[in-house]
Amino acid sequence: MANIMYWEAIQRAHDEEMARDPLVICMGEDIGVAGGTYKATKGLYEKYGPLRVMDTPISEGGFTGLGIGASFLGVRPIIEIMSVNFAWLAMDQMFNSAAKVRYMSGGQLTAPCVFRSAGGAAHQLGAQHSARMEKVFMGIAGLRVVTPSNPKQAYGLLKSAIRCDDPVFINEHELMYNMKGEVPDGEYFHPLEGSDIARAGTDVTLFGYNISVHWCLKAAEILDKQYGISAEVVDLYSLSPLDRAGIKQSVSKTHRAVIAEEDEAPVGVGSEVIAIINEECFFELDAAPVRVHSALVPQPYNHTLEKAAIPDHEDVVKAVLKIFGKA
Amino acid sequence: MKIEDKKRVLREMVLHRRFEERCYQAYIERKIGGFLHLYPGQEACCNGVMEAARPGHDYVITGYRDHVHAIKCGADPKEVMAELYGKETGSSKGRGGSMHIFDTDKRFMGGYALVGGPFPLAAGIAKAIQLKGGDEIAICFLGDAANNQGVFHETLNMAALWKLPVLFVCENNLYGIGTSIERSTAVVHQHKRVAAYNIPADECDGQDIEVVYEHARKAVDHVRSGNGPFFLELMTYRYRGHSMSDSRGYRSREEEELWKQRDPIFILRDRLIKEGALTMAEFEALEKETDAYIENEVIKFSEESPEPRVEDLEKYVFADRETQLPWLTGKAA
Ligand SMILES: Cc1ncc(C[n+]2csc(CCOP(=O)(O)OP(=O)(O)O)c2C)c(N)n1
Ligand SMILES: [Mg+2]
Repeated sequence: MANIMYWEAIQRAHDEEMARDPLVICMGEDIGVAGGTYKATKGLYEKYGPLRVMDTPISEGGFTGLGIGASFLGVRPIIEIMSVNFAWLAMDQMFNSAAKVRYMSGGQLTAPCVFRSAGGAAHQLGAQHSARMEKVFMGIAGLRVVTPSNPKQAYGLLKSAIRCDDPVFINEHELMYNMKGEVPDGEYFHPLEGSDIARAGTDVTLFGYNISVHWCLKAAEILDKQYGISAEVVDLYSLSPLDRAGIKQSVSKTHRAVIAEEDEAPVGVGSEVIAIINEECFFELDAAPVRVHSALVPQPYNHTLEKAAIPDHEDVVKAVLKIFGKA
Repeated sequence: MKIEDKKRVLREMVLHRRFEERCYQAYIERKIGGFLHLYPGQEACCNGVMEAARPGHDYVITGYRDHVHAIKCGADPKEVMAELYGKETGSSKGRGGSMHIFDTDKRFMGGYALVGGPFPLAAGIAKAIQLKGGDEIAICFLGDAANNQGVFHETLNMAALWKLPVLFVCENNLYGIGTSIERSTAVVHQHKRVAAYNIPADECDGQDIEVVYEHARKAVDHVRSGNGPFFLELMTYRYRGHSMSDSRGYRSREEEELWKQRDPIFILRDRLIKEGALTMAEFEALEKETDAYIENEVIKFSEESPEPRVEDLEKYVFADRETQLPWLTGKAA
């Protein structure tokens, strides 16, 4: 096991897959000569050259479509969109071309491409650089959506996404690229479906994904030490499809649920998980599930306002205490 | 063009015309649903370019006015019509419809409904050809109004930058639905717009197939020889409304008549007659024969084909699950 950073894990997955298959390429703004905004493609340009490591013009719709077109002929492009905020410009091609082509061609064509993008709110980047958009991607038929919460997942999910014949959107996080974690030394493929139990517990399930898994883990620690509440943390690294069986299994055990998301609440991961709980195991519930989420505002620049807009582990603790009638 | 080729293409163009006219009728009879965009008037464009290219070898992609392009690439007219009928035997198994004909065996990479959407897809196909090192080219057929999308410019820039083997064919029929080109576009002659990207371009009459063919040959040669993209603009006209709900109030009947006097099929027919290679009686027989084929084979096949099964509603959303299990479950071999 190597203890490496999230960005290094992503870089390693690129490198291994590009070394294995000459049709694996990567493309995006500043990924080549400059080595990538978050270093995720560092050193690849020197190793694989400009035909396979493509510095693109600032044309998100154009180069995303170009990658998709190349994938029709079996090329496996890893398309980096510098920030998820810019993905709006690429969504026509992602949703209308990549996600639908298999269906509307009756199975003849498929778009085996990977879209990677840095999501999440970092520090004081303002309204147009702080979007969380997982809710937008996870409702699209024909598109898989995963979101790694640690280096092992970042490595293993990218490996699986490249090999999978379906288009996959990988939602990363601007604040997590330097996070360290254990990654297996040997080749490892994280499943694109399912969920991970990040911490086992018996009294309440804390559902998180990507950065909110870490809030949940921290909250679970506090709940255990200070309140004697045993929280289970379920990491929903696959947002589409969501792990219905995993959600049901955990809630049937703990009978209580809190869903923590950095995204705003409406039409989001929390609403979807609660709907699944209703459909799968409503009568297992001992209390109404609670959502922890951002305020519905364009992200403010001011530090204090920004902090107020985004939840953290304390909000998760509060939500659990509310469920237990302790707050 | 050689006489035999011209005779063959005349046959094909008559099939293309009669096929589309038969679609019109089937739509009125409610056998075909959705949006239906027909091609009559523009036949020399697709045929002229594809005669200069290699159908079934070169990759073709287009918009929603796509039946004829698919057939020209080698798609079976029966399967195209069955697709319009929404049948399981259709080229996209009834899941696509008129705007989404695909035949990837024939390298017809599909019809797409978002105006301008195929531009970057075509460049991507060209990128794949470049990576794999084949002698194929990608050909993107789109209308004049598509050039007002941002991806038009994004794609031209990338195609020129990376010298991609892609031929952009602009079928300039002077309208985008009901808005004439003068009213939507600051530059009527579309080939002028690509000069900014250092892409060579050409414009010609799109009604005379021999003219299209000559210009297309140069364009195809340019791209196939590794010189990067080319843009070919063909001046043409669609006879029918944009789609079936269009009563053509935005243009005059006189203008339509003027264009019909330069009908691509009649131009070729009359030339062949003049050259002594065809008689009017033979042409009329050809039309009858074509109609009989469409009725007895194409329509019959479509009528008699089964509907898709409702149990298969969710088939084709994702790749076959069995084949993807290692990546979906993480249990790689
Ligand atoms: C992105 C998008 N905007 C609008 C439409 C509606 N629409 C369909 S066809 C069309 C006109 C396109 O004209 P042109 O590109 O000249 O092609 P033609 O129909 O003349 O062959 C429009 C506006 C669409 N399908 N997609
Ligand atoms: Mg037009």
